[in-house]
Amino acid sequence: MEPFNTHEGIAVPLDRPDVDTDQIIPKQFLKKITKTGFGKHLFHDWRYRDDEGKEENPDFPLNQARYKGASILLARDNFGCGSSREHAPWALLDFGIRVVIAPSFADIFFNNCFKNGILPVILRREEMDRLFRYVEGREDARLTVDLEAQEVRAEDGSVYAFSGLDPFRKECLMNGWDDIELSLKHEAEIRAFEERHASAHPFYFVLNATPQG
Amino acid sequence: MQPKDSHPRTMYDKIWDDHLVLDDGVQAPLIYVDRHLIHEVTSPQAFEGLRLAGRKVRRRDLTLATMDHNVPTHTRDMRAAEPLSRLQMETLAANCEEYGIRIYALGHPCQGVVHIIGPELGFTLPGAVIVCGDSHTSTHGAFGALAFGIGTSEVEHVLATQTLRQYKAGNMEVRVEGRLKRGVFAKDVVLAIIGTIGTLGGQGFVIEYTGEAIRALSLEGRMTVCNMSIEAGAKAGMVAPDEKTFAYLREREFAPKGAMFERAISYWETLASDPGAVFDKRVEMKADDILPQVTWGTHPGMVTDIEGRVPDPAAFEDPGERESVRRALAYMGLDPGTKITDIRIDKAFIGSCTNGRIEDLRVAAGVVKGRKVHGAVHAMVVPGSEQVRREAEGEGLAGIFREAGFDWRGPGCSMCLGMNEDVLKPGERCASTSNRNFEGRQGKGGRTHLVSPAMAAAAALEGRFVDIREYL
Repeated sequence: MEPFNTHEGIAVPLDRPDVDTDQIIPKQFLKKITKTGFGKHLFHDWRYRDDEGKEENPDFPLNQARYKGASILLARDNFGCGSSREHAPWALLDFGIRVVIAPSFADIFFNNCFKNGILPVILRREEMDRLFRYVEGREDARLTVDLEAQEVRAEDGSVYAFSGLDPFRKECLMNGWDDIELSLKHEAEIRAFEERHASAHPFYFVLNATPQG
Repeated sequence: MQPKDSHPRTMYDKIWDDHLVLDDGVQAPLIYVDRHLIHEVTSPQAFEGLRLAGRKVRRRDLTLATMDHNVPTHTRDMRAAEPLSRLQMETLAANCEEYGIRIYALGHPCQGVVHIIGPELGFTLPGAVIVCGDSHTSTHGAFGALAFGIGTSEVEHVLATQTLRQYKAGNMEVRVEGRLKRGVFAKDVVLAIIGTIGTLGGQGFVIEYTGEAIRALSLEGRMTVCNMSIEAGAKAGMVAPDEKTFAYLREREFAPKGAMFERAISYWETLASDPGAVFDKRVEMKADDILPQVTWGTHPGMVTDIEGRVPDPAAFEDPGERESVRRALAYMGLDPGTKITDIRIDKAFIGSCTNGRIEDLRVAAGVVKGRKVHGAVHAMVVPGSEQVRREAEGEGLAGIFREAGFDWRGPGCSMCLGMNEDVLKPGERCASTSNRNFEGRQGKGGRTHLVSPAMAAAAALEGRFVDIREYL
């Protein structure tokens, strides 16, 4: 996973709530067995007018010239709701999005972002309104997202501090740590727990036992 | 196992405490996973990750695989699936063989939708931590388990370590008191709950469903309610286990047997939330107020009852909400003020992890018996598993559906998410017993109305939504 420190880039506004993972990456594109190549299908049904993805919908922000090359997505409440598909953050990342800023995220999507080096930033609704106005109101609106300082900075000097980020998650993201590697270091604790658990609650471990008495 | 604090705890607190492997206050807590379900769509990259890192599957015995998301339902022949779906199924089969994981592949008598087969095989148990790379894993909470959906990276984490890094959610109680009216089912209860608390109402919480109306539900009904917890934004949903739960599980394939089962019951009986346990958020509803529900929009919170009308965007004060409703109605092709009973449908879909169990098919068959599907409607029934299919065929339900003109299929997720060929065409309107009415969910441009199996069956017969209470 690529470490995340400070990211600077073009922000693209997606001004609608409850954007679900079926919209982020529609089901017909979930059939790959790799993690790459999903970017061209990101927001497919909104981005394209045809099934093949050749005819762009000019009304959709991601297609507009001023937002080309965007790497920061501004969103509204409950972003990433619905399916647990990690294909959603894979598609965002593959497209080039490293930061999603919204007032709230669906739980599984939020977790999935951290596993892929995407930073989900939570700002208050009023702050989001201001950011949307800022980004929509000027050409080439760039933002700087500073993970260490936990700040989003705009070129007009405005600063949006964000909290609600667990220090451990922050550390993992900043170092690009592999979650599994970290957990495997606790093999002794896992084994000790497993033994206690199997002794106190053996009925969870008898799947292969023949019926008794 | 941990020394118990004296303060009263919720069921979620108890299950959490009994699964906490490590909580050093620095790293995210590590919890143990008792049951891991996997399927063809969200597991390939997890196995690939294991292979690349040279890691093993830690507890293959606690892992169970099946094929459901993109299996064909008109045949049990994997070769009939389109090439990419087939590749995912073949990849799952190969991965399970390589790592020694039990798999119920297409054509196996135990194959089915992952959240249907877990419970019916007794793989699902009260008090267990159950995960799967699928958001509707919350279904298993109906047994008093802590069950939730995870991403593919977490699937890999569970395969490698049998644990997960998780932060504890808050406790929320949704109490439904009183008795449900005739014609009102578990699906109506959960849609009414989501309609009341909204798609963010459960965010950050594990919901425990309590109250007389919930206790009165069968395990099938409780599964329907817990299944859609995720649609309210909750981490999980659960119902305290009781005699019904134990009776359901007794003698199931993977459930403990004999003395071990009795020992399990004595533990499971301690799981219910203690009197005085503190919930961070509480919602109380009256069963009597709930009528048959129909969604009109593009998320499950956009719902009204069968006596209602499609709302007018102008009636919403919040500009964001007004715009959302306007956009939803444009997508759904509905005019404000339209009576729900005036909405005509093209398709009816009965099935999914929400409503593809035998009880659902019994109710729907009861409505359909001796009647015919409306001439303008294509209606299909997709049983949730091979076991449900066998039961339904044995009880004569399949015959009832077929005689009425329903298409009787093999088990799979099918049109709930349209990953196989069972999809809506653009503009087609469907009465669906599934869980999501998102744009394009059942097919690009397709229009989904979520309803109970009884309501979907009646709509299939009449070609429009009708009040099921007049039918029973």
